[in-house]
Amino acid sequence: MAAALPASAYLGEEGKIRPDMKDRPPIARRASPWVDTLFSALAHGAAWLTLALLAGILVSLVIGAAPAIRAYGLSFLWTSEWDPVQNRYGGLVMIYGTLMTSLIALIIAVPVSFGIALFLTELSPLWLKRPLGTAVELLAAVPSIVYGMWGLLVFSPILSQYVQQPLQSAFKGVPLLGSLFSGPPVGIGLLSAGIILAIMVIPFIASVMRDVFDVTPPMLKESAYALGSTTWEVVWKVVLPYTKTGVVGGIMLGLGRAIGETMAVTFVIGNFNQLNSLSLFEAANSITSALANEFGEAAPGLHQASLMYLGLVLFLITFVVLSISKVLLQQLKRREGALT
Amino acid sequence: MKLLFSHAVVGALLGAAAGLASAQDMTGAGATFPAPIYAKWADAYNKATGARLNYQSVGSGAGIQQIRAKTVDFGASDMPLADDVLAKDGLIQFPTVIGGVVPVVNIKGIAPGQIKLTGQVLGDIYLGKITKWNDAALTALNPGVPLPDEAISPVRRADGSGTSFIFTNYLSKVNPDWKAKVGEGTAVNWPTGAGGKGNEGVAAFVQRLPNSIGYVEYAYAKQNKMTYTLLKNKDGHFVAPDADNFKAAAASADWSKTFFQVLTDQAGKEAWPISGATFILMYKAQEKPVSAANTLKFFEWAYANGDKMADDLEYVPLPASVKDLVRKSWGANIKDVSGKSIAWK
Repeated sequence: MAAALPASAYLGEEGKIRPDMKDRPPIARRASPWVDTLFSALAHGAAWLTLALLAGILVSLVIGAAPAIRAYGLSFLWTSEWDPVQNRYGGLVMIYGTLMTSLIALIIAVPVSFGIALFLTELSPLWLKRPLGTAVELLAAVPSIVYGMWGLLVFSPILSQYVQQPLQSAFKGVPLLGSLFSGPPVGIGLLSAGIILAIMVIPFIASVMRDVFDVTPPMLKESAYALGSTTWEVVWKVVLPYTKTGVVGGIMLGLGRAIGETMAVTFVIGNFNQLNSLSLFEAANSITSALANEFGEAAPGLHQASLMYLGLVLFLITFVVLSISKVLLQQLKRREGALT
Repeated sequence: MKLLFSHAVVGALLGAAAGLASAQDMTGAGATFPAPIYAKWADAYNKATGARLNYQSVGSGAGIQQIRAKTVDFGASDMPLADDVLAKDGLIQFPTVIGGVVPVVNIKGIAPGQIKLTGQVLGDIYLGKITKWNDAALTALNPGVPLPDEAISPVRRADGSGTSFIFTNYLSKVNPDWKAKVGEGTAVNWPTGAGGKGNEGVAAFVQRLPNSIGYVEYAYAKQNKMTYTLLKNKDGHFVAPDADNFKAAAASADWSKTFFQVLTDQAGKEAWPISGATFILMYKAQEKPVSAANTLKFFEWAYANGDKMADDLEYVPLPASVKDLVRKSWGANIKDVSGKSIAWK
């Protein structure tokens, strides 16, 4: 760092900045030093506090889960029995349920959100842009319990009658698909939870995608159009490569929401702690739903510790998802310019 | 909230005298099932005496934890604690009101009380052994009732709850297979069925799913006019769920030795087989005798004046003989730390 110079050193005659002083760092003005110190302390404090909270949550989860960790170790992750009467616990059903519903949600939400963002930025007539964009954002403000109630009372009967029953009769006897669609077609289970989650995360992913699509320099797009590209080619080969960081970020935001969602899932997943089949129609359970349902009445000891352990697993899943997205982004950056 | 705030302000203004305003208050936490009646009693008691009850309906398990941690004056639980557990913690328990659990069904064309069930059959349905409504076991019990050739969708509580405890306790008593495979508890390893959160969750599932069966609190079934079933009791009679039959179940229990009474499968011609009382937990040695006296005064007032309110909310008040036993137990067991009796009369 260059030593701070008096202000006059930067200025030449007539008060103009001297050309040779242009690249010097700006003057460190010390109007009221204690305010600066205070502000810096506050800013540091805020950052460290967040980290300390994170560490605190992690530590208290580990302490709370310690009896279960000691009793089961890692086998907790692949044991599917959850029996409060016999005091035997395994988290496989809930972990599977959380991952599966989030996966279904992403499979549905990503293409739909991409379509929404594409329409809003490239295809929509000007007068429709604002109202449609606001409507999508409003969807994000609907409380999750409303989605849950709507899912149970309105959506699941429709799903049962018009989707599950036809699918079941169509794929009866087909080896893999048949078993995916077996089970009671009552509209409660993994599939309906996944679809409700998809509806809940679409506004998040779509608005992030729209925002990043909007910042693509018009010059790039116009050039591509001038070369005779179709709208699809412009979006696929110009807009998407330019905005991939933001797009991946938006998807991860949605995934985070899907993994952590509790209330809406509880309503439609069926809260069933058995893993009898691979069927998507079967009632199942997710980590968050099990926590919400059982924590209040859980007996102190192994039951509570196992729920804490589930919480810890959820924490780790979120952490892994975030890490994967970071790695993914770095890979994308490294290959930048190599393609096209 | 406003009321609370104004109390706080008045309390702060009065300074030293504020002790008077809060000296009558008491706190409790626990079971959600009796929360409405406790709230109603507390409201009426507040109007009569000015004392306030702060009751958090956080669930029986949490209530037991809070009383163990001594953060509240009393805990509340739908599941009675065994006598040795109570003795170990230095707690006593006493019942407040009685309720019942009712099987409800959703079958097209079936009216309330039209289907008869036994504990054995009910257990087999929840074990997944009986899967169709026209199963031979069901048609034998219900000759002439048009039971459909449809799969049964069992519905049960997803959250840990006293309702589930009473229900599974009953099934364990009457269905040996259930006892061996599942057992009893506020949460069990359900072999089949979809789980709803709370009574309202189960009710919503049952009303939503055709050909389903579930179980809810009596008050809930009555207020929502759900299709209940008849059940065969220990004496072999088919009874309907109503207040008199819950009372009959409570009357046939022997409360004189211990309050650890689960009122399922009780003898008595009229006894409803899935009944249960809800309980209050308190410490025997009271570090805060004033709060303990307030709490006992409140429940004494509720025993004396609260029966009508309980009836209105579809709870069943305790028989007078049981109330007397509870009062005796207070006098004999609840003392301050030096062993002096608590003045609650």
